[in-house]
Amino acid sequence: MRKLNLSFIIFNLITLFFISRYIENEYYLSLIIYIIFNAINASCFNILLGYAGIISLGQAAFFGLGAYTSGILSATYGINPYATIIIGIIITAIVAFIIGYPSLKLHGHYLAMATLGFGMIVYICFNEMDFITAGPSGLTGIPNISFFGIEIGSEYKFFIFLSVFYMIFITLMEFFDKSFISYKLRFIHESENASSSYGINVAKVKLTTFVVIACVTSINGSLFAFYSNFISPVSFSFKYSIELVVMAVFGGLGSITGGSIGAAILTFIPEVFAEIEDYEMVIYGGILAITILFFDGGIAKQFKRLVEKYVKIK
Amino acid sequence: MQFFYSGITSGSIYALVAIGFNIIYNTTGIINFAQGEFVMLGGMFIYSMLYMMNIPFVLAFPVALFGAFVLGVIFERVFIRYVKVKSELNLITITIAGSIILRGLAMVIWGRDTLLVESFVPSKAINVYKGTITTDSLVVIGISLVISFLLTFFFKKTKYGKAFRACYEDKIAASVCGINVKAVVMFSFGIAAFLGAIAGVVVSPITYVTYSDGIMTGLKGFSAAVMGGLGSFWGGIFGGILLGVSESFFASVFPSGYKDAMAFLIILFILFFRPQGLFGRKKATRV
Repeated sequence: MRKLNLSFIIFNLITLFFISRYIENEYYLSLIIYIIFNAINASCFNILLGYAGIISLGQAAFFGLGAYTSGILSATYGINPYATIIIGIIITAIVAFIIGYPSLKLHGHYLAMATLGFGMIVYICFNEMDFITAGPSGLTGIPNISFFGIEIGSEYKFFIFLSVFYMIFITLMEFFDKSFISYKLRFIHESENASSSYGINVAKVKLTTFVVIACVTSINGSLFAFYSNFISPVSFSFKYSIELVVMAVFGGLGSITGGSIGAAILTFIPEVFAEIEDYEMVIYGGILAITILFFDGGIAKQFKRLVEKYVKIK
Repeated sequence: MQFFYSGITSGSIYALVAIGFNIIYNTTGIINFAQGEFVMLGGMFIYSMLYMMNIPFVLAFPVALFGAFVLGVIFERVFIRYVKVKSELNLITITIAGSIILRGLAMVIWGRDTLLVESFVPSKAINVYKGTITTDSLVVIGISLVISFLLTFFFKKTKYGKAFRACYEDKIAASVCGINVKAVVMFSFGIAAFLGAIAGVVVSPITYVTYSDGIMTGLKGFSAAVMGGLGSFWGGIFGGILLGVSESFFASVFPSGYKDAMAFLIILFILFFRPQGLFGRKKATRV
């Protein structure tokens, strides 16, 4: 078992600490909150594509399922936010199981298309089932979440709340990266036949990973609903799934750091250069293409290569 | 009966797109996610030529197709050829990247509005058995039939078509036999873009052109291709028409907002139960 990448966890912790101390501007805080949401989603996608080799273009659908379950249950029926998160997890798990069971037997472009189709169906349902989701105009009136009696209303409070969640998530991811399961997944990625001859139940492992990742994405979605107090189908469209792909690939597939780095950079850039908004899609596509063409393994791998080149490790 | 005719019209478009998928798949084994974008660009080209430069249709049509062909070749040169690790996942992501770039550029160049294109043939509704069909639809249906016939002939009978198929079977063996594999791959992208542009041009008077059309068209074309079995031209045509008809039938029963979901439900079911397509040979491996 390799050693934990403690420096990354500590780096995250320090960054978040400094942000919490020195940044008071609400706009920047909200930007950072979005970065964290994207980082979690992109890391989840990264595990699917980078470790297990499952290309899931429907991640936005799971994110949306969590958000809409929490949103509808808490806004329309007034159910406790934490209960809605759990209900969201259960619903997402069931959906992910139903979708994953048959589709994970497929490979490559078949799988990509199947998950994409699923994402589209969910998106269309969000738009059309306006009797519960309020349709394209969006669902309003989602209450704030509270934590031991403290209502988390302001950007700052939510930032603290989310960073705790993020730190837990990152630490778990780090443990996952060094665990036996991640090796199993990489082995499956390399060769399904070989891994099954070593006694790994390929279908079961892949399905479990898919469902668990979907659940984490769904929790994230629920938190997103409680943060923005308003959700509309646009946030969960095909475009968002593609953005996650770009973040994960750009950051570096197959590494825990990748998702966060990619999400941080790619969420930040369009916000800073607001005047190039029209070119956003072109830039995303360009970054994706350049990463695949020239930097296989993304930023994380390039960074690692640089470090190994100049820093002698004893 | 009316939904049947409108289904056949949209089905023919899906069929043309499906054939575009099949051409690239047949030579390289890649699924080109940017195929729908070529359709959209075909419509955009013809629009800009007819209404921005005022070129007569007889001239504009071949120029638009040629433009798409060149674009397809460039697409392959820029994106596909230089992928270092040619794993399936990388190739999928690179075509996705290409499609985002094309779509983004189209949005920048032509804007977000829907562009109107007038019919190329005198528009008239023809009464057929228990319904009507417009001349536009007839053009679409006719062109897709002719194209698929020509392509099947090209791929099955001519020397060059056989070279294309040899590349899919085994690239190294094909190059040993003196086939220029790189050129073949390049041309297959060119032809696919060409076909996409034909589809885009003929459909533009019916559905008009918007920069974001590409995703839906591409996905439905892919559904059609998978339905008929990837790699088979007639399968693609049949799949396209079946998809079009079932979609318009679905729209006549359920609220039309769900119409697009139908196509994806079909593709999910096909993928789950018969990934080799309705008529395809078994190719997709299942664990």
